[in-house]
Amino acid sequence: MKENFAISVRELTKRFNDFTAVNAITFDVKQGEIFGFLGANGAGKTTAMRMLCGLSFPTSGQAMVAGYDLYQDAEKIKKSIGYMSQKFSLYEDLTIRENIRFYGGIYGLSDHEIKTKTETLVHQLHLEEQVNKLVKSLPLGWKQKLSFSVAMIHQPKIVFLDEPTGGVDPVTRREFWTLIYEAASKGTTVFVTTHYMDEAEYCDRVSIMVDGRIDALDTPLELKRKFNAPSMEEVFVQLARKAKRAE
Amino acid sequence: MRILRILLEKEFRQIFRDPAILRIIFMMPMIQLLVLPMAADYEIKNVNVAVVDLDHSTYSIQLVNKVKASGYFNLVDYNESFEKSLEYVEHDQADIVLQIPASFEKDLVREDKATLFMALNAINGVKANLGGAYLRSIINDFNREVRLDWVQLPRVNPQPTFQISSINWFNPLMNYKIFMVPGILVVLVTMVGSFLTALNIVKEKEVGTIEQINVTPIHKYQFILGKLIPFWVLGLTTLSIGLTLEWIFYGIVPVGNLSTIYIFAAVYLLGVLGLGLLISTYAQTQQQAMLISFFLIMIFILLGGLYTSIESMPVWAQVFTKFNPVSYFIEVIRMVVLKGSTLYDIRFHLMAAAAFAVVLNSWAIVNYKKRS
Repeated sequence: MKENFAISVRELTKRFNDFTAVNAITFDVKQGEIFGFLGANGAGKTTAMRMLCGLSFPTSGQAMVAGYDLYQDAEKIKKSIGYMSQKFSLYEDLTIRENIRFYGGIYGLSDHEIKTKTETLVHQLHLEEQVNKLVKSLPLGWKQKLSFSVAMIHQPKIVFLDEPTGGVDPVTRREFWTLIYEAASKGTTVFVTTHYMDEAEYCDRVSIMVDGRIDALDTPLELKRKFNAPSMEEVFVQLARKAKRAE
Repeated sequence: MRILRILLEKEFRQIFRDPAILRIIFMMPMIQLLVLPMAADYEIKNVNVAVVDLDHSTYSIQLVNKVKASGYFNLVDYNESFEKSLEYVEHDQADIVLQIPASFEKDLVREDKATLFMALNAINGVKANLGGAYLRSIINDFNREVRLDWVQLPRVNPQPTFQISSINWFNPLMNYKIFMVPGILVVLVTMVGSFLTALNIVKEKEVGTIEQINVTPIHKYQFILGKLIPFWVLGLTTLSIGLTLEWIFYGIVPVGNLSTIYIFAAVYLLGVLGLGLLISTYAQTQQQAMLISFFLIMIFILLGGLYTSIESMPVWAQVFTKFNPVSYFIEVIRMVVLKGSTLYDIRFHLMAAAAFAVVLNSWAIVNYKKRS
C-alpha cells in the first residue's frame, strides 16, 4: 500500500451472519480526488463506507485511511476524516451557531477558531439571518449544505458523503457540488455516494458496486467508452441489471 | 475537559429547550406527590355492612347503633333475611353481613352467652380482614359495656381484664402520609434519573446524531459523562423540589439531617443513571426504551416496599428486593425522615447503592460501542 493514497482498500469484507454485504472489495483513492462510490440500493455502499469511517468492524481484509490502519488506529482516522451520513445528523433543536460550536468543539477547535469558522461558514452559505434560528426551521437543501460544512469544520483530509443530495432540488444540488469542488481544490479527498448520474459525471473516478462487489472502476469517460454507452446512466443500468440480490 | 464542557453545554441547552422535559421535571413531582398520597391510604374506611336482625331487641338495636357510630361502617341495609343480605355481597354492595340470631337478647340474659354470625366478602382480602377485625373489636366493646351494666360497681372484678396502653414511636399519630410521601418521591427520582437518560440517548440513536458523534474522535467516557452529569443534576433537582413540596403541603421535615438524604441520593442516582445508560445500549428505538422502562418500574415499585412491607413478602421475593435499588432508597429516606438515622446507620445501604452504581455503569460502558 502506497503512502500517497488517501484510502487504500484490499479484500475488505463484511458479513452479517450468512449474508455478505461487502464482498472482498479492493480499490485505491488518490489524494485530493473526488471519488464517486455508486451502486444500487442494497449493493453495500453504506456498509463499506461505515467500515472506512470506523463505525463498523470489517469481517476480513485490510484498509488504510488517511495513512492509518483501520484496525489499529480507528480513533486516529476519526481525527482526519469528516462524515456526512444519509440521515440528517445535526441537532434540530439547536441553532446553526450552536451546532457549529458543538461540532467544532468536539473536534478540539478553540473558542476563537470556532468564532471565525462560524463567520466564514455562515457567510459562505448566506445564512447570516438564520444563524440564531433552530436548525429544524431550515429547508432540506440548506440543512444538507450546512451538514457538509459542519463535516468539514476541522479541515479533514478525507470527507465521506453518503447520498448528500438525496431529495434536494437541482439548483441546490448544483450549489452543493460547488462546495465539494471547493473542498477538493483545497486538497480534501471527497468520497461520495449518489444515485444521481449527472453527479457521477462530476467525479474524477467512479466505482460501481453490484451485490457487494466492485464491478467497474474508472473515470466516467473511460467507463462510458468501455461499456459503449452514451451516458453514465446507461453504464449504471447495464451493470445494475446483473444484480441477483433482492433489495 | 473542554470536550466535556462542550458536551454539557449542548445537553443543558437541549434540556432547557424541551418543554416536555421541563414539564416532567416540575409537573410530575407536583401531581404525584399531591394526588397519589390521598389515594394510597392504608386505612380502611367505608366498610359496607348489611345487618340481618332476627331479634329486634333493645340489645340488638344498641349493637347496630354502635356499629353505625364507629365511623368505619356504612349500613347498607337492615333486614330480616340472610339471603337478601347475601345478595348485597354478591352484587358487591356489601362487604360484611352481620347476622343477629332471633334469641340474641334472651340467650345473653339467660345463659350469659350469645352467638353472632359474620360473613365476609373476601374478594378484597385486606378490606375483609381489617373490616372483620374492626367489627369484632366493636362487638367486644359492646360485650364489655353490657357486662358493666349488669355488674354494678363490683368490689372484686369477677373477670380480671388487661389494660394495654401503647405508644407509637417515630410516627406518633400513625400518619400514613409521612410514611408514603417520601417513598413516592424515591420512585419519582428513580424515574427521572433512569428513564430520561435512556430516552435521551436512544433518541440520538433514532435521529442518527449518535452516528455523527461516533465518527468523531470523542472518547466513550466523555460522551457518557456528558450524558450522565446533566441527568444527575436533574435527579437531584427533582429530589429538592419533592422535599420542598413535602414540607409545604404535608409539613414533613426530616428528623435526620438533610445532607444524609442528599449524600445517599447522589450515590444512588449514579446507579440509576447507569441503569438508564444500560437500557439505552439495548434499546434501538424510544418505544423499546419506554417498554423496558415500564416493565422495570413496575417491578421496582412492587418489590420495593413502597406499598407493601418487604418483611411480609415470601422469602424468594425478599431476595429479589435485595437486587432492587429502589428498595434501599425507600428504606433510607424513611429512616432519615421518620427516625433521624445518620450516615453511620445507613452505611450498608450506601454501600449497596455504590455497588449498583459500579456494576450498572461498568456493564453499560462495556456494552456501549462506538463501532459495531
